[in-house]
Amino acid sequence: MRYLPLTDTDREDMLARIGISDIDALFSDVPAGKLLKAPVELPRAKGELEVERILGKMAGKNTAASAVPFFVGAGAYKHHVPATVDHLIQRSEFLTSYTPYQPEIAQGTLQYLFEFQTQVAALTGMEVANASMYDGSTGTGEAVLMAHRVTKRRKAVLSGGLHPHYAEVIRTLSHMANDEVVSLKPDVAASEDILSQIDDSVSCVVVQSPDVFGNLRDLKPIAEKAHAHGALLIAVFTEVVSLGAVVPPGAQDADIVVGEGQSIGNALNFGGPYVGLFAAKSKYIRQMPGRLCGETIDSTGQRGFVLTLSTREQHIRRDKATSNICTNSGLCVLAFTIHMTLLGQTGFARLAEVNHANAVKLADLLAGVEGVKVLNDSFFNEFTVKLKKPAAEVVEVLAAKGILAGVPVSRLLPGAGLDDLLIIASTEVNTDEDRAALVAALVEVL
Amino acid sequence: MLNRQGRPTQAGEAAHAEHATFTGNKALQQIEPLIFEIGHHEATGVDIDKPAPFKSRLGKHARQGEIGLPGLSEPEAMRHYVRLSQKNYGIDTGLFPLGSCTMKHNARLNEKMARLPGFSDVHPLQPLSTVPGALDLMLELARYLMTLTGMPAVALSPKAGAHGEACGMMAIKAAIEAKGEGATRNVVLVPESAHGTNPATAALIGFSVKAVPARPDGTVAVEDVKALLGPDIAAIMLTNPNTCGIFEPQIVEIAAAMHEAGAYFYCDGANFNAIVGKARPGDLGVDAMHINLHKTFSTPHGGGGPGAGPVVLSERLAPFAPVPFVHVENGKPHLIESRGEAPAGNQPFGRMTAFHGQMGMYVRALAYMLSHGADGMKQASEDAVLNANYIRAGLADLMSLPFPDHPSMHEVLFDDEWLKGSGVATLDFAKAMIDEGYHPMTVYFPLVVHGAMLIEPTESESKAALDLFIATLRDLAMAAKGNDKERFTSAPHHAPIRRLDETRAARQPVLKWEKPAPAKAAE
Repeated sequence: MRYLPLTDTDREDMLARIGISDIDALFSDVPAGKLLKAPVELPRAKGELEVERILGKMAGKNTAASAVPFFVGAGAYKHHVPATVDHLIQRSEFLTSYTPYQPEIAQGTLQYLFEFQTQVAALTGMEVANASMYDGSTGTGEAVLMAHRVTKRRKAVLSGGLHPHYAEVIRTLSHMANDEVVSLKPDVAASEDILSQIDDSVSCVVVQSPDVFGNLRDLKPIAEKAHAHGALLIAVFTEVVSLGAVVPPGAQDADIVVGEGQSIGNALNFGGPYVGLFAAKSKYIRQMPGRLCGETIDSTGQRGFVLTLSTREQHIRRDKATSNICTNSGLCVLAFTIHMTLLGQTGFARLAEVNHANAVKLADLLAGVEGVKVLNDSFFNEFTVKLKKPAAEVVEVLAAKGILAGVPVSRLLPGAGLDDLLIIASTEVNTDEDRAALVAALVEVL
Repeated sequence: MLNRQGRPTQAGEAAHAEHATFTGNKALQQIEPLIFEIGHHEATGVDIDKPAPFKSRLGKHARQGEIGLPGLSEPEAMRHYVRLSQKNYGIDTGLFPLGSCTMKHNARLNEKMARLPGFSDVHPLQPLSTVPGALDLMLELARYLMTLTGMPAVALSPKAGAHGEACGMMAIKAAIEAKGEGATRNVVLVPESAHGTNPATAALIGFSVKAVPARPDGTVAVEDVKALLGPDIAAIMLTNPNTCGIFEPQIVEIAAAMHEAGAYFYCDGANFNAIVGKARPGDLGVDAMHINLHKTFSTPHGGGGPGAGPVVLSERLAPFAPVPFVHVENGKPHLIESRGEAPAGNQPFGRMTAFHGQMGMYVRALAYMLSHGADGMKQASEDAVLNANYIRAGLADLMSLPFPDHPSMHEVLFDDEWLKGSGVATLDFAKAMIDEGYHPMTVYFPLVVHGAMLIEPTESESKAALDLFIATLRDLAMAAKGNDKERFTSAPHHAPIRRLDETRAARQPVLKWEKPAPAKAAE
């Protein structure tokens, strides 16, 4: 077995040194009859070539985003990632290191975490950011719990523009913790009256912008009303590239900002691993979940970095911790921060501009297709269209033609009566040919 | 000695003198500033053409002003991150005996497989007709996990160990609610030796926590559990093998006692690596157990993630598994994404995450399992246990074993009794290991012994590497017991940085880079 260095001779010598003759003597605490004698019923060891054949065959049955005109978004986005990123994150010292509990031999990890926290704070317009959550959805769930701790209230109000899966993650957590959730109904037109939901019993209002239908939301009035009632505004995004083009939530007085960072540096991966971004006002630091990296000095006065404020965390506070999170998204953070460093604000703003330009071009083209109506007043790189046929059927027919057209709203909200809506995303990867192919196929199908 | 061109061919007389460098750099170890100190707002390492003029649809939401992010050209970025990487210790650098973390070899085949476009470049919401291979992979991973654990169901979506704990405990809570006992069964038993994530998870889900005392031999006794049982007890969260590295001898009795009292047995599977192919949690009475794919099945730790924490479930809990999950009907896999689509008899408790879990980690873990096979996985567990006990045999006469009466499983626990009077603390000993080229063991965990040192070598170490490690720890132990305290208390001396002031970091938190205030003009 190529991964196991011990030889049979080694094993015998080692057993002798321990003073036993059979390895099973070390398993003597396993209750009688529970120790397996033979290997379990699974195939035997395989060489690299064979493993590559098996997995290659499975992978080959899937349609990769790069292989087709691709317009699928709604929480995960196809972007181009520079080759440098994937090279660097595979360096052994990054890939095979652990959570930096021994900071003297983990300054590489700690410094990039510190740089990442600074980047996320700048992007969101917030004062502090943590070292990541699993993804945008779990981060949003944690943000609600944090708001409950800050306000000592237990009722969250969720906008109808919040990604339905994010809302479900919050409802699941809240149900378990016996917290209250008010979910507004799906709000395709961004016309909901969320302000009237805010009163002195509300802990937080959760609003996504761009929302799941692509609309850009005005957060400022919601923040004002929330603050007047002692509640917090949690601003959510699923497309971090939007922050290169739109007013950041921090400038609209959001208290906690949380979102999905997958778009920068990370692949689609069929849903994970991704990287949750989490930022807040600094007065709430001690209620934040997750790891925080901070600057300090060593015994000679040289600058260095450590994990800090760990009295918030599970390994110290146990059942009084702010979260149970331990492992987070270290390597996805690294991919994010490298890609963001390569972009810089110049490249990031340009990337956002190209995304928006491509989406506008597509929306303009689709507006001319009979049976398609673009619903958004404003949008960044994603918008919703109303089709004259059920969107799921249209998507399926287009998939058979080799075009991945978007996400039917019925997939996210089955039974909500929104079967004719399709969410379409367009990023820098889309070409004029891609757009022409989508338009032509829709003309044919509708 | 000089050669004919006048080039010295030997070191000079002063070769051993210490010279501070002008830069502060030490050859391969370079001081690397922050990107905010070397980057520039105009610089970029990505070429993107400006789009042709178009009419913005951002409305009043367009961003104004600077973002405040520096960029670096590609060569500068490459150098920045390579230099940072050289300040890190990884498994590929050397022995990484971090107890409870299972730092085993990360095969690069697994990285290659996870990057196949058919896995890495597929969207979680693209039509399911375009991703049959992804569902195949999830089913195959599930089959392996269920077979290895002897459990009938698995929820794949949790994103890491603690997230898996939450998932398992939510399934338990849902089952209790379904029986109409939600209001009364609200206490979870957690042994004192447990990972901090266990009590934190129980509290997250609205349970209160009651501690189970540890026996003097490092195990949990069934009488102690029984003494705490009552109609208020929802579950026990027990790690097996436990955090002292011992297989809980009364685990079957504890499981039976829980079930008899109408409660559930959550097993923390962080240490599953010791028993893969040797014992099945399903045979022991476990109701739910998370599996850290990044520990047992070798998906890279990546400096703190990403992990993956699938949870295997018993027959009693399986109907409550969260969405999404793959359901096979008439031999065809379907992805169930909402509660409404769930097949009859299922009552999913909700959703853990936006999408389908850590697909990238599923691929790596399956590549590991296919490579090892049933025989290789059994051998890996045996080697992991053998290596830990070999270290124990090599150090037991110098260091103190708090629990000598049980064999160790995949990790061996020492306490600091043997350091008494030396002036050297566990932390100092750990820092001195850094100077010797090792990553320290886990220190001060578990909490049930004083000054804990938890050593987990994993199966990835050769006998020669273990012999050298044992010899080094013996040298250090002798030095600690001798009159060489300074070597330890001021360590590390040879790391990229000296010992860091963690108190200062917490008292005056600096969590991001701030532009320095402009220097005052000379008066």
